[in-house]
Amino acid sequence: MNPVVIRTVTRILVPFIQLFGFYIIVHGPVSPGGGFQGGVVVGASMILLALAYGAHEAESKVSHHVRIAMDSLGSLAYAGIGLLGIAAGGLFLQYNIIPLPLPPARVNGIMIFLIGVAIGVHIMALVLSLFLHTTEETEKDD
Amino acid sequence: MNISQHFPILVIITLFTGAYLAPLAGLWKRKLCYPLAVLSALLSFLFSVVILLSVLEHGIIRYHVGGWEPPWGIELLVDPLSAFMALIVSFIGLLAVVYSKDYIAGEIPDKKLPAYYSLLQLIIGGMLGALMTGDLFNLFVMTEIFSISAYALVSIAQKKGSLIASYNYLILASVGTTFILFSTGFIYMVTGSLNMVDISQRLSALESPWVMYNGLILLVIGFAIKSALFPLHTWLPDAHSIAPSPVSVLLSALVIKVGAYSIIRSVFTVFGPGLLEQSGVVTIPVTWMASLGILLGSIYAITQTDIKRMLAYSSVAHIGYILLGIGLASTASMTGGIFHILNHALGKACLFFCAGAVLHKTGIRNVEEYTGLAGKMPITMIAFTLAAISLVGIPPTSGFMSKFYLAIGAYQESWIFLAVILLGSLLSAVFYFRVINLIYFGEPEHKSGVREQGAEIGGVVHRQPTTDNRREAPLTMLIPIIILALGSTLFGILVHIPLSVVEPAVKLLLGM
Amino acid sequence: MINLLPPNLPYFICITLLLIGLYTMIIKKSLIKKIMGLNIFSTSVFLFLISMAYRRGGAPPIKAEGVELYVNPLPHALVLTGIVVALALTSFALILVINIYKEHKTLDSEKLTKL
Repeated sequence: MNPVVIRTVTRILVPFIQLFGFYIIVHGPVSPGGGFQGGVVVGASMILLALAYGAHEAESKVSHHVRIAMDSLGSLAYAGIGLLGIAAGGLFLQYNIIPLPLPPARVNGIMIFLIGVAIGVHIMALVLSLFLHTTEETEKDD
Repeated sequence: MNISQHFPILVIITLFTGAYLAPLAGLWKRKLCYPLAVLSALLSFLFSVVILLSVLEHGIIRYHVGGWEPPWGIELLVDPLSAFMALIVSFIGLLAVVYSKDYIAGEIPDKKLPAYYSLLQLIIGGMLGALMTGDLFNLFVMTEIFSISAYALVSIAQKKGSLIASYNYLILASVGTTFILFSTGFIYMVTGSLNMVDISQRLSALESPWVMYNGLILLVIGFAIKSALFPLHTWLPDAHSIAPSPVSVLLSALVIKVGAYSIIRSVFTVFGPGLLEQSGVVTIPVTWMASLGILLGSIYAITQTDIKRMLAYSSVAHIGYILLGIGLASTASMTGGIFHILNHALGKACLFFCAGAVLHKTGIRNVEEYTGLAGKMPITMIAFTLAAISLVGIPPTSGFMSKFYLAIGAYQESWIFLAVILLGSLLSAVFYFRVINLIYFGEPEHKSGVREQGAEIGGVVHRQPTTDNRREAPLTMLIPIIILALGSTLFGILVHIPLSVVEPAVKLLLGM
Repeated sequence: MINLLPPNLPYFICITLLLIGLYTMIIKKSLIKKIMGLNIFSTSVFLFLISMAYRRGGAPPIKAEGVELYVNPLPHALVLTGIVVALALTSFALILVINIYKEHKTLDSEKLTKL
């Protein structure tokens, strides 16, 4: 049976879900939400894709290696932003003293935004990985 | 600002960064994972040495993450106890990472190596975070980080039974962590703070102690599951014996100690010794359960034939000594208990490394088959003997000194606890000397049936027919063994070195 | 409507859920049901934290003019972290259970302990 309805609806929905997810990530500093929540939404859109078109479809869109790279780079970026605080002469994660030509509140906002993006990248790869790891291995059956 | 001021956070961040570099390195070249892991473990070890020296010189270090002042922000609080524990954790963590190279090659598939090194750094980093933090909720988060890494590491080799051992560990330990979160909620509810020092000041101003006891009891039960206090130890023998040997070392020598440390923190720093004396609501049950654990853990260990299972049950007994010392809460017993953390970490790590080396070279797990190993692996077996003697508590070794302090503390309280300590030492002598006897004086007889069973349990390692030539383990495995065996002997003679750290720690905890 | 409920009702619900979760984890034999029990157990603690933060008539914790009483934001941050931890735990436990099933072809904890 070809699940036409599910696939068509998925094809229409996925871009909007992802757009909403990116909105939550980007809007993190000024409204409820942030990297984790947005990342989960984007990851869930990929899970929807995997459910409708099969795990290999999602795997071909975002391969295992890309997911690992996103995962690691997201976390490392977070740590890097934390270390910027030390490099600027403050404490770990103290980003309001990072010397940018902007008022401190603005610098805070930018840094929280960057941290949100880093977490978002990390989480969207992670959520998809969690889902694919359970399905892939059952299909392969070793 | 001085860079050394940032060391408490750098100790943790180095390992977490390393943990996320490992998968990236694995994408490019798998061989890079090992040197990177050694590098980050070495860096964090050096940082913790500097931290310990500066704590001893300048007193408590407080680090406000993000520049936020304590009641609002997360504070890292390093006192002599946490610096002492952090040095043990990062040192044995470093040795376990070094040891992994040759051992793990035969144990897990090559494509899991990045994940293995990543988890190894996460578990050490999580433990260091739990030791350094001064914030109750952060303690919960760090506890979860190292616990989840521990569940994954137990099951990573996917040997027979390792999945079920990991599952049982997960279910029981996550009940513990949920209790910790629940108790954090209780304490936040009555005090409105999550910072440990702040909580202790606000609690002493509190009138009704009942909500507070509720929080304390939940907190101690949670950490008692983590530290395998006697009736809650059921996950330990399976998980510790089935895990790959470097992981067994981390679990047995460090993870349960961090649980014990968290009990010390929650009882003495969060609640303070003053509040406890009125109640005894926690210390008395902990003391009795620890005494039962000493006796029953040793008796269970006598009945085991699998060497790693025997060592795992012995850990149940030794966590009993540590918690007995903490529960009695006198100066001598606390000194003994905290000193015993070091001795058991050194001794048990050495024994598990030796058992791993034997398993790696010959595939032997069964105690009965240790006959005549002294001829084949003399250095490993000398190290095994030294560490075992230290854990039994025979005079020139460091294990004797900590048990001596414990015995003084126990005698001040009641003769029962003194009897428990002496009886426990005798019982541990029974099973350690049985092995030592077999190693040096056992007749090399080969029971074919037993050997095949050993092969099936060992499973992975290439077994060669026994020959008489000397075959020591590779250097990456031998060096950690030698260092630990020397350490557990030398600290018995140079006893003033560890005591110079332990004594200020105890004074600070007991508020003297 | 919510003002009619007794103020400590959330705590009773929380304790009930906590006991249901513990009961499920102890009594049920299926490994999956044990994980469900664990989730109910941890959710009860999240409910406890959230209901503790609630102030009757409090506004959301975003600074606005003319608002005196805010809901306490800190427990929400704790619960968010707790949910992330519970996500990690649950997903790891489920992958473990899948592998256990592949290896032993059963999820009955009594049969598994006999092995």
